[in-house]
Amino acid sequence: MEEEKDLRYYAKVHSIESFGTVDGPGIRFVLFLQGCHLQCKYCHNRDTWDMNDGNYKSLDEIFNKILRYKNYIHPRGGVTITGGEPLLQVKFLIELFTKLKKEGIHTCIDTSGMVTLTDDIKKLLSLTDLVLLDIKHIDDEKCKDLVGRSNKTELEFARYLSDNNISMWIRQVIVPGYTDDEQDLLKLKDFISTLKTVQKIELLPYHNIGEFKWKKLGIKYSLEDVRQANNKDIKRAKKILGIEN
Amino acid sequence: MKFDQWKDFQKGDWESEINVRDFIQKNYTPYEGDSSFLAGTTEKTKKLWDEVLELYKKEHDSEGGVLDIDTKTVSTVSSHEAGYINKDLEDIVGLQTDAPLKRAIMPFGGIRIVEKSCEAYGRKVDPEVEEIFHKYRKTHNDGVFSVYTPDIRAARSSHLLTGLPDGYGRGRIIGDYRRVALYGVDVLIEEKKKELDVLDVDELTEKIIREREEISEQIKALNELKVMASKYGFDISKPASNAKEAVQWLYFGYLGAIKDQNGAAMSIGRTSTFLDIYFERDLKNGLITEEEAQEIMDHFVMKLRLVRFLRTPEYNELFSGDPVWVTESIGGMGIDGRTLVTKNSFRVLHTLENLGPAPEPNLTVLWSTNLPEGFKRYTTDLSIKTSSIQYENDDLMRITLGDDYGIACCVSPMRIGKQMQFFGARANLAKTLLYAINGGRDEKSGKQVTPKYEPITSEYLEYDEVMEKFNQMMDYVAKIYIKALNAIHYMHDKYSYEAIEMALHDREIYRTMACGIAGLSVVADSLSAIKYAKVKVIRDETGLAVDYEVEGDFPKFGNDDDRVDEIAVELVKNFMNKLRKHQTYRNSTHTLSILTITSNVVYGKATGNTPDGRKAGSPFGPGANPLHGRDTNGALAVMNSIAKLPFDSAEDGISYTFSITPGTLGKSEEERVTNLVNMLDGYFTQTGHHINVNVFDRSLLEDAMEHPEKYPQFTIRVSGYAVHFTKLTREQQLDVINRTIHERI
Repeated sequence: MEEEKDLRYYAKVHSIESFGTVDGPGIRFVLFLQGCHLQCKYCHNRDTWDMNDGNYKSLDEIFNKILRYKNYIHPRGGVTITGGEPLLQVKFLIELFTKLKKEGIHTCIDTSGMVTLTDDIKKLLSLTDLVLLDIKHIDDEKCKDLVGRSNKTELEFARYLSDNNISMWIRQVIVPGYTDDEQDLLKLKDFISTLKTVQKIELLPYHNIGEFKWKKLGIKYSLEDVRQANNKDIKRAKKILGIEN
Repeated sequence: MKFDQWKDFQKGDWESEINVRDFIQKNYTPYEGDSSFLAGTTEKTKKLWDEVLELYKKEHDSEGGVLDIDTKTVSTVSSHEAGYINKDLEDIVGLQTDAPLKRAIMPFGGIRIVEKSCEAYGRKVDPEVEEIFHKYRKTHNDGVFSVYTPDIRAARSSHLLTGLPDGYGRGRIIGDYRRVALYGVDVLIEEKKKELDVLDVDELTEKIIREREEISEQIKALNELKVMASKYGFDISKPASNAKEAVQWLYFGYLGAIKDQNGAAMSIGRTSTFLDIYFERDLKNGLITEEEAQEIMDHFVMKLRLVRFLRTPEYNELFSGDPVWVTESIGGMGIDGRTLVTKNSFRVLHTLENLGPAPEPNLTVLWSTNLPEGFKRYTTDLSIKTSSIQYENDDLMRITLGDDYGIACCVSPMRIGKQMQFFGARANLAKTLLYAINGGRDEKSGKQVTPKYEPITSEYLEYDEVMEKFNQMMDYVAKIYIKALNAIHYMHDKYSYEAIEMALHDREIYRTMACGIAGLSVVADSLSAIKYAKVKVIRDETGLAVDYEVEGDFPKFGNDDDRVDEIAVELVKNFMNKLRKHQTYRNSTHTLSILTITSNVVYGKATGNTPDGRKAGSPFGPGANPLHGRDTNGALAVMNSIAKLPFDSAEDGISYTFSITPGTLGKSEEERVTNLVNMLDGYFTQTGHHINVNVFDRSLLEDAMEHPEKYPQFTIRVSGYAVHFTKLTREQQLDVINRTIHERI
């Protein structure tokens, strides 16, 4: 039996990447937290789902580690928390971000937004400089099929960010045959246009490089027959969404 | 002194004494702008470069990649007649022999090596030369082996010490070639004569006699330099009068050196900002245009790309890809706070665009966080496009070396014209550890190489016991190592003295004994495994430890984990202190480098299974790199680990080779440049010393390995230098491909 941890001061960590450049602006210290409540069919970090895996790391340990990279990530980069679903460990993140803000370090969360807006979540968002909001699917039925949950909460989440003046980058994974339907993308465009704080829209091409992680865990990968998205797919989707480059 | 050629220059001490730094400080124009002023290639440059590419192709298709050898003429400063690529097109002239890419023989280092090299490429040395050097003239190589002791020979043949410059030129001396341009040769000869006067003393001690002889040799070499230039129709007895002459004079100085010495590294120094003063003067006076200025630099660099030495296939295995290390140090900051970046710093880098990427000259940017933004962005952008640039920490080196030092070879800083080193290759610390466990028996041959020490006999390795024995073995290796180096450099001075290079130095020289270590990360991980996991020893029937089983996990170097990084730091300090206990030739100061060049493959091949789980024969990490695949926390964690290694104890340089895919570095070109700038600022603020930056996809390397003909100019950085990827041996290519290329999925 594992010892009870005070979840304000301990986090379940999957891994650390000291040189991230694709999850937020500049050079990012990326903390991958363990545990996710979604079941995205295309997940490339399947090994981050199970809350029982990963190792506990203390707040001090993580904070001190981040400070060791301050010369690289400050002032043009920062820290990005991803996972798994980072918001599942909100209490810890409140403590961590409070400390990071004191150091003047840019804070960023990569999330599905599929969580209830509790007071804790709201408090954390007040300490967050940027949210990378991964809108799984704009169509609720298709969303349920793709990730196992309704998109209602994440759309509410987006609205909350917009209403509270919190910057966000909207992300969507382009999975051929799943998320690239023209009507859906137009719907997504309409939705995004109602948000005030969107700084950037990033389309991430679906790839199957993460497939081996499923196999390693002995789990069937249901997108086996789906092809990877290519530049053409991304260009087309961008055109529909009306975004440059 | 007063010369018409010095018109418009600001006055200073440099007029009354040899003082290039003072000249630069008084006259240079810092440039804080961007690269928009640069000019492309001229028609002339294009034509000439096409001819060079044709020659490259011929060379590549020749036996062993050697186009031609002059097997008759013993190379000296003035030995060969003038040679040209295409006389009508060349702004800057001068070749090592009478034809481009024709290699010269330099038997003063060793006749057998020359013979072996010639044979390897299907040729034979002229009988007369053979007779002279076998019968009448002793060589450096002969000298060394006539004094080597049995323990040195044993350490050498068992690969405890590898790559020692006892069979090839030591190199790593940088003549101050700028002096030729600024003062002309006659002034330099006069100065040397004055030095002889200083050495006209009451007691002719051994030291004074040697110095007097050396200076006489230097004067002779300077006179020869004038003869060599005159064969090309130039009188370099007086100072250069314009930019083109300044480049030409300087290059003649360098050409003298590479005709005289087949040194492992023949670096050129820190020349571009010096030359900028001449370019600025000519531009201001309307004598040249930017196009012409760039053309001169393009032609100069073309010459540096044609430098070739005759070397044996074994040498190529150690240092692959025909490297010469024409290292040019660029940029940096002055001690008065002004940047030493000039427009000509941009021009020399711009040759990578005008002529395409190339391993030579070894373009080395002296990085400071205070460098102008425009320069930072230009050089990192070029790095991303060409993988041809290395970076070294000017903020760190300027503290002890001032602002007129240059890099010799890969990572060795030295004050130009005031300092030299005795190059010492490296000791294999991983093997040393295995010898400690086996009481001095070789883990592969079973032979007793060192005197008999008590071996470890327990089933599991115990940290304190291993450390005690390892310390004893390091004591032994340090002793043998310095003995060998003293013998080598005594003989090199005696039989293959670098007269022309030393003629371009002051009389009082600061000398370092530049030792090195290989296998740092292997040893650190091994000791970490012994300390934090359980390591079981597998012995053969003779009791020899031949393999290890590691039970449990342990911290590995390269993850910014102090538990193991501290072991590496202590190891460096500790070994350095052991070296310091031994007296060095010419009272040189002990220094240490953590650099392997491509020899990490050869060292690995010669070393058995190690307690960290590394398998026998597999390569070490290059330089200070972690072992392949052991770094799991990303690139910055590696940098933090390496930056912990103390420069104070490794002043000859700490090499890190970093490879990343473009996509991992950033999403857009703009972001990649910004991220690389921030990364370098961060790494050097953490006191990292050196970094090679490679930006490419693994698939590109694989394709280049299978289809070399498609990639004639594809250049990558390996430990401390750059090579044409296609010139590496297949083993080394695989090593590069398997080495961690940072990418994330």
